[in-house]
Amino acid sequence: MSTIDMAQTPLRQVNETLQAQALAGANAEYTLDNPRGAHAVAVGLNGPLSVRVNGSTGYYCGGMNKEATITVTGSAGPGVAENMMSGTVVIEGDASQYAGATGHGGLLVIKGNASSRCGISMKGIDIVVHGNIGHMSAFMAQKGNLVVLGDAGDALGDSLYEARLFVRGSVKSLGADCIEKEMRPEHLTLLADLLAKAGADAKPEEFRRYGSARKLYNFNIDHAGEY
Amino acid sequence: MCGIVGLFLKKDDMRPQLGTLLSDMLITMTDRGPDSAGVAIYGAETPGQVKITIQSDTPDVAYDGLVTAMATEIGVTPDLRRVDTHAVLTVAEADEPAARDWVMARGLRIMGAGHAMEIYKEVGLPADVTERFGLRAMGGSHGIGHTRMATESAVTTDGAHPFSTADDQCLVHNGSLSNHNQMRRKLARQGVHTTSENDTEVGAAYISARIAGGDSLGEALEGTLRDLDGFFTFVTGTRNGFGVVRDPIACKPAVMAETDDYVAFASEYRAFADLPGIEGARVWEPEPATVYFWER
Repeated sequence: MSTIDMAQTPLRQVNETLQAQALAGANAEYTLDNPRGAHAVAVGLNGPLSVRVNGSTGYYCGGMNKEATITVTGSAGPGVAENMMSGTVVIEGDASQYAGATGHGGLLVIKGNASSRCGISMKGIDIVVHGNIGHMSAFMAQKGNLVVLGDAGDALGDSLYEARLFVRGSVKSLGADCIEKEMRPEHLTLLADLLAKAGADAKPEEFRRYGSARKLYNFNIDHAGEY
Repeated sequence: MCGIVGLFLKKDDMRPQLGTLLSDMLITMTDRGPDSAGVAIYGAETPGQVKITIQSDTPDVAYDGLVTAMATEIGVTPDLRRVDTHAVLTVAEADEPAARDWVMARGLRIMGAGHAMEIYKEVGLPADVTERFGLRAMGGSHGIGHTRMATESAVTTDGAHPFSTADDQCLVHNGSLSNHNQMRRKLARQGVHTTSENDTEVGAAYISARIAGGDSLGEALEGTLRDLDGFFTFVTGTRNGFGVVRDPIACKPAVMAETDDYVAFASEYRAFADLPGIEGARVWEPEPATVYFWER
């Protein structure tokens, strides 16, 4: 276990150290103290590494993560785990807007609330939010799973492709082309697995599933007059 | 992009620290706005007296003999406290309109006025601007600040925030308003005039006009959601407190922190890092289209 004090070490040096250790692939453990809301903490980790950030981070923490496990004990600013490929990012506090945006894989767990645009354009990432999510979440989401134990804000899943959305609480409104769908046995199994991985105390049967009505996929000749 | 900060102290014994805490918050937001910086500080009040903060590009000339000239010409003798390019003129409440007219006729800019509020803003890096004005040494009950990256109007003192359009009221803004010209004309027809081409000044004037028309601060801020088009995170200062509102899209960042000692607002969490007791503070992101305000 190594500790880096970010009050003493420049951000670039912190990230270079972590990136080199991730590439070395020895699954080393690092603790970062005093992040003080810094941007781009622990980004671009391209291999197995365990990073614990003691405090709150700014923009883009854990961005482009691959294989590493990153835990933030405080809250995360906008764009946490943006474009994550694999690995795990856990935020013990809240996450600001567009958490997990464009993520291709891996697991993002937010133990508090996520703000607007959570999982926007997600492409295969799994996101589990223990609290609520804000408006326009999963906008144009293509693939992956968004699980919300609390409530969802306005326009959930607007212009959705094939991502699956599971919400336990209320949904303020659904976005264009997003509809409620039946919960089949395979969804309950999937949800049980995601909830277990995310350490979430909830039962799969308590959730509702939402997905794409697939009406926006193709141009509809009946709408030609509207253009 | 711009940076905005606000700090509202719940306990009087922290008042001497306000300027230092606000300076550090403002300087941390330099990356978001290196063009200009400004603050509104709500400091000590003297019963029956109003403070008018003025600015001149040639302060040595402008403030030399100003007190004598004002006394001779309109019979008002202000107390003048010069702060770099700014000066705070303290006059009796009844003399405020005459003093303002006289100052403007002399070609000086009025940054703001009020019983408690003083406004300091200039072009330059936040660290330089706070140093020039000696912000660290200023005490008060609450204050708001802004670091500017200009989009809607030129980088000038007039374009810097906060904007004040009524006594003890001011506004800082991150974002851009798209219907400000239309709203400026609408306000002008109601007799509410702005002095710059800046979009935020229109937002400030809108809020002031609503309050002058009988609205509470909360109602005036609710009105911005209906009548102003564009992107905004607004922080408004009043004699008693401050308010926060974000547009429904809420793409401009905002974070708040509250302890037993203070309520703080910033564009980013970074600005809170040096606040005392921040480790134990309740930290949250204000909801879109929701008005928050704190008053003493």
